[in-house]
Amino acid sequence: MDSFFSRFKNPLVLIMIVMTQVIALAIQVQGTTTGYGTAAPADSPTVALLRRWTLGVFTPVELLLHGSGTRVRGFWTNYIDLRHAREHDQQLQQEVSRLRLEQAAFVEDAAQGRRLQQLLAFKEKYIATTVAAQVIGTSGTELSRVVDIDKGSADGLKPEQAVITPDGVVGKLRDVNPHTAQVLLISDRSFGAGVILESTRIRGILRGTDTGQVQIDNLTADSRIQPGERVVTSGGDLVFPRGIPVGTIESIAPDPLHQPYTAIVIRPAASLARLEEVLVITGTQSSLPASAQQDVSVAQATAEEQKRAADLVAERLPSLHDTGTAADAKPGATPATAPDAAPPRPRMPLHPDRYSPGDTPPAIDLTPGVPTTALPTPRSQTPSHNAPSPESAPPESTSKPDSTPPNI
Amino acid sequence: MAELSYTSRRELDQYGFHPAVTILAPLGCILLQAVLPRAFPQFAILDLPFIATIFFAVARRNPIAGAVTGTLIGLVQDGLTSQQFGVFGISKAIIGYLAASVGFAVDADNILNRAMLLFSFSLLQSLLLFIISRWLLGDIVRVHAGHQLLAALANTVVGVPLFFLLDRFKTRD
Repeated sequence: MDSFFSRFKNPLVLIMIVMTQVIALAIQVQGTTTGYGTAAPADSPTVALLRRWTLGVFTPVELLLHGSGTRVRGFWTNYIDLRHAREHDQQLQQEVSRLRLEQAAFVEDAAQGRRLQQLLAFKEKYIATTVAAQVIGTSGTELSRVVDIDKGSADGLKPEQAVITPDGVVGKLRDVNPHTAQVLLISDRSFGAGVILESTRIRGILRGTDTGQVQIDNLTADSRIQPGERVVTSGGDLVFPRGIPVGTIESIAPDPLHQPYTAIVIRPAASLARLEEVLVITGTQSSLPASAQQDVSVAQATAEEQKRAADLVAERLPSLHDTGTAADAKPGATPATAPDAAPPRPRMPLHPDRYSPGDTPPAIDLTPGVPTTALPTPRSQTPSHNAPSPESAPPESTSKPDSTPPNI
Repeated sequence: MAELSYTSRRELDQYGFHPAVTILAPLGCILLQAVLPRAFPQFAILDLPFIATIFFAVARRNPIAGAVTGTLIGLVQDGLTSQQFGVFGISKAIIGYLAASVGFAVDADNILNRAMLLFSFSLLQSLLLFIISRWLLGDIVRVHAGHQLLAALANTVVGVPLFFLLDRFKTRD
């Protein structure tokens, strides 16, 4: 027996090491709190402590490396690249002006939306407070898509808080230490979030895959779902506020591992591979934040100003004022007509003949058996080239649809 | 009369390391692996802790030491991820053990042998990780042969020069 152990000492030690870890793995899987729906699995307290110790060893060095890197980049940005600041500032000013105009256009729709939501007693969640954080490290492996940030519980962060960039969703907090935190990216296979397709309003669950792709895998084939459609958060997971951009649909294909569902691959709006700074949403509220309300009031004032300017122009140009919707119509768009408006009338022909609209006498005036040459002379034989078009025709002509045949 | 002593090839090729190197070299590899992909996302395909595991296992030529070194490196690597402790621990323990065992049979200082070791063990590690994820954890993972070959190639290209760099810290036991 003794010789057996001495002879197979090496493989026995290996088996013991592997078996110990397999048992530990099984205990961890059993002890993992698997949330329902989109909640990420959480570690048991012992495992969380081990992970915190590991991160405690590496994150100070990561912070140090990140700090020195930031200082070098700051030196470059502040002293050498400063000459581009003025023109950049001008570009930004122009963009702000453009965005203000766009915002003014949207503000009325938004106000109407809010009124309707109040009518439906729908509780909207707006982002109230965020904490900006910098990415200092990664997991270093493609099997686990997590990044470390330089803010922690001391800054008010808690697990399961949403992490975004101005471009879109990044992920959610997983482990939070006093001064650092781990962000589970949307491309990680244990990630889940409620999303909605923007135009078709189809709801789905967003998940990461082992290859780092982001996809919706709980929807069956639907012809309405097309590549290029934008995907936003639905707010149903109680982590991400509603309406934050997630990405656009890149491809749709049958999922061989989850039949009969389809794998809808999403191209993330945020650049997950090159994350520098992120925003952690630490608080939401049911009304617009003060800064956003101020923006809305500015946008409303701009919208009012634009409306007054448009009215002023309309008063000075009565023809435009009379046509009403024609001034608002976009080029190429069909003007809207009221249900009770007169039917559209054809243009007057330049060279009328017996087939021209309006030149055929009513059937009551025709006599059976009379040759066609004996037809009465058309009423308008020689229309001038500057004949009034239907658009500019006097109102009394449009009010007689019976004297004009329908548009053929 | 000159005194002759018998020294086996195993003893001739067995190396040791300063304790500081034993601790700091793997930790440095893990740290670089965590930091580099932030600036260069393509570096995520590499596995520097794997290269360190192979190097120390082959240099020491002791399977138990290789398995223990692999386990420790793997467990620390697991601590930085979102997955359970043991995924990298198990795979690197087996890799360390096998690398030390193979180190007896081949000349581990030969550049071609080193490249072959790195390439084949990288593929083996991918297979072990697939088995652990699929059958022990029940995750839905797919085999991406092209990507794994590319990863093995990248580990070989980076690993061979790194081996020569780490050779400087070898000490004869």
